[in-house]
Amino acid sequence: MPDRYLDKLEAETIYILREAYNNVSPLGMLWSMGKDSNALLWMIKKAFFGKVPFPLIQLETGMELPEVYQFRDKLVNEWGLELDVHDCPPEGDMDKSLPPATRSAMRKTEGLKSLLGNDGYKGIIAGIRRDEQSMRAKERVFSPRSIDGDWDFKNQPAEIWDHYMSEVPEGAHLRIHPILGWTEIDIWRYTQRENIPVVPLYFAKNGKRYRSLGEKNITFPVDSDATTIEDIIKELETTKTLERAGRAMDSESENSFELLRTRGYM
Amino acid sequence: MAHSAKYIPPTKDAEKLRIVMVGHVDHGKSTLVGRLLYDTKSLPDSKYVEIEKASKKRGEVVEWSYLLDSFQAERDQAITIDTTQIFFSTEKRDFVIIDAPGHTEFLRNMISGTAQADAAFLVVDAEEGLQEQTRRHAYLLGLMGVSQIGVIVNKIDKCGYDKARFDILYNEIVSFLRDIDIRPMSIIPVSARNGDNILSASEKLEWYRGKTLLEVLHDFTPYQTPTSQSLRFPVQDVYRVEEKRVFVGRIESGFLRRGDTLLFSPTNELARVESIEVWPKGDKQAVTAQAGLSIGITLDKPIFVERGHVASHEDNPPMLSNVFRAHIFWLSDTSLKVGDTFRLHINTAQYPVTVQSIENVIKTEDLSKDENTKQVSKNEVSYITLRTRNAIPLDQYTENKNTGRIVLYSKGRVCGGGTVSMEGYVDQRSRNQPKSEHITKVAHLLSYTKRAERNGYTGGVFWFTGLSGAGKSTLAMLVEQALFKKGYQTYVLDGDNVRHGLNSDLGFSPKDRAENIRRVGEVSALMADAGVVCITAFISPYRADRHNAREVRPDRFHEIYIKASLDVCESRDPKGLYKKARKGEISQFTGIDSPYEAPDNPELTVDTESGNIEECVEQIAQYIIQNIEYSGQSLENMAEKDNLRVL
Repeated sequence: MPDRYLDKLEAETIYILREAYNNVSPLGMLWSMGKDSNALLWMIKKAFFGKVPFPLIQLETGMELPEVYQFRDKLVNEWGLELDVHDCPPEGDMDKSLPPATRSAMRKTEGLKSLLGNDGYKGIIAGIRRDEQSMRAKERVFSPRSIDGDWDFKNQPAEIWDHYMSEVPEGAHLRIHPILGWTEIDIWRYTQRENIPVVPLYFAKNGKRYRSLGEKNITFPVDSDATTIEDIIKELETTKTLERAGRAMDSESENSFELLRTRGYM
Repeated sequence: MAHSAKYIPPTKDAEKLRIVMVGHVDHGKSTLVGRLLYDTKSLPDSKYVEIEKASKKRGEVVEWSYLLDSFQAERDQAITIDTTQIFFSTEKRDFVIIDAPGHTEFLRNMISGTAQADAAFLVVDAEEGLQEQTRRHAYLLGLMGVSQIGVIVNKIDKCGYDKARFDILYNEIVSFLRDIDIRPMSIIPVSARNGDNILSASEKLEWYRGKTLLEVLHDFTPYQTPTSQSLRFPVQDVYRVEEKRVFVGRIESGFLRRGDTLLFSPTNELARVESIEVWPKGDKQAVTAQAGLSIGITLDKPIFVERGHVASHEDNPPMLSNVFRAHIFWLSDTSLKVGDTFRLHINTAQYPVTVQSIENVIKTEDLSKDENTKQVSKNEVSYITLRTRNAIPLDQYTENKNTGRIVLYSKGRVCGGGTVSMEGYVDQRSRNQPKSEHITKVAHLLSYTKRAERNGYTGGVFWFTGLSGAGKSTLAMLVEQALFKKGYQTYVLDGDNVRHGLNSDLGFSPKDRAENIRRVGEVSALMADAGVVCITAFISPYRADRHNAREVRPDRFHEIYIKASLDVCESRDPKGLYKKARKGEISQFTGIDSPYEAPDNPELTVDTESGNIEECVEQIAQYIIQNIEYSGQSLENMAEKDNLRVL
């Protein structure tokens, strides 16, 4: 069975989710309504027999595309989700020395910090993947963040044979990355196989589609004729464009994404 | 919103093969990976522009390693700090390349990378040959069970593509790897910078008849979780889903079917699989589940099962032992010493574990063994013996790769890890099983927890052991009185007293002594169950017998060593027994003509030689009170009702 590998990936993700739920409390998941976090949310329902046993959090900037908000409201209703919509501070409060798109992306980082401060989360589940970006390629599955929310990438703990760290100092927290080892094409194959809903913006309209969804001021569609998931999979099998090519904050300067991530971006 | 198009599975084998690149610093691992990605046309266009830009900025020609060394600090210093993972494809399959750092100080990152790998390339600089980290990394590949290994002799261009140089290295590599039981699949001369022997055979290396790097890549196969081995299902958690208790976890080996009888370790409880639970519910009920899957099951009986227990079939269960040997790598700045205590992570369980001995430390440079060492320092590998308080389920690594490995934690951080060896250790399982097969335990309606809640403290067994005359009975009676005054229900089981009644049919042969202790072990455990603080005062000279007594209720048993030398005890001789024994009037007297085996790791040692009885009583009473305190919290895991999560 050529798709047996999806079962293996799914089993690994479910194992990580159950480890997080057993060892880390309070725990919450960031939901961006994008394809990755939808697939992850689906696997949470599988891991916990139809339930989402911890809060689902949306970092709200008011800047998502309208189709994304429509999708959110529909899925919340259909899946009976309890969503905690957390407002992020305005762009004017961000570090002025950062390049504009990076500054804009920084809002979610600050929003997350205020959420952590208010609700005292010890673990935050995020649907990032190693193949998205070279900084994320160096991530751990259970990745500690300091009290300031910073990522000390030079001093990451060892992570061996599915034994994950679960203790962090008071005020610090863990980022938990259950789909770190999945690729973009894996997510699409799984989304298709499991029939998981996605925002229609991923499908091409007038020769353009969104490959990665972000806020409307800093995310742009790419050239594509893919109108179905099969088309998307075919496109990905041959493309040489980066998934996040339409995300302005990734490439404003050589280290703009490193700056964002070390300061606590997802 | 949901799409209804039919699912089309991938056309090629889409399972990713994970390869770790290891070797000494500067032998060109990152460059090799960059080259491989470029040659297989796996680089996105923008990535090529990006690395060209970054290289130019630092005044170099295209620096392939920039692809992987994405941190500013890594590029500026031209080193790899942390493991990175890069995805790429050939026409045959998809790969993940795990690039591990070569610096000693980043060994933990190399190990994190290796722990995830199906296969490895060991990169050796053709000029420099085998260096310190080459040897250490090779040794660690063996220790960590990566058996598919290709060796790349890189920078062969710098040696003028010289066959003689390659031949010398070839022999050195084969001989070193043979000593650590590694048989490489290929040893390939390569120039990563110039692209020789990567995708196709190089004209400059026409003397080489072996495979190219790409061919070796295609020879590797992904690790398959072993479905043909004995079943191991470590319980990860217990959920309440509607009215059902669902035991979740990942099958590490073998498979299970609905209706199978499962044996849970270390509790020795049996139950049958009633259902395999899945969400969303399909049209058909699941009847089997095999290794590699994360599953949930329900059982036909309400037995006590919690996270960490391991389910197997009745034949071929894991061994039970409280002592085992481990082959470890050490990563902590603080050295490991005999007597140190760590948190052992094994499967889904965690236990406190003590280092009983250090057998040797192996120098990976020349494989020499230091057997007189008192400690294991950072980045060293070693054989040690570990002891847990109670017997735990264990698989030898050579029997089961998934369950036979361990990680040691201290203060929430990984200190080391390795593999389990049970050679020379006995299985401690059999002794707990009742002889008659027609005995069925009747469940109590009142739990241990309920009694503890009412009393405000828990029952327990406090097992005094020591020579005759060491002070066991004296101290036991005084401690009993002290605790009673403080409001605790307590009772002393004393050697001589018990031999007048319960054990009046027993003498002093080793067999009778064992039976004597077995009965006392059982009675004291029942008293502890009933909520009583039970103190026992028996010489109990044999380690094995005391161990058996502990096994009845391991979580409530405390061994207290009442310590005094034979000389002191003989000079005290309160009952005149030593005198009689010396005259030969009594035979098999402990210390004279029968051995006393002192405890290895008692929970408490009380030295009575100084003769200050009050201090000794105080020391013991304090210990007992601390250990019977009922916080509710510590018992949560034991209580049937609390041991599951309601979803």
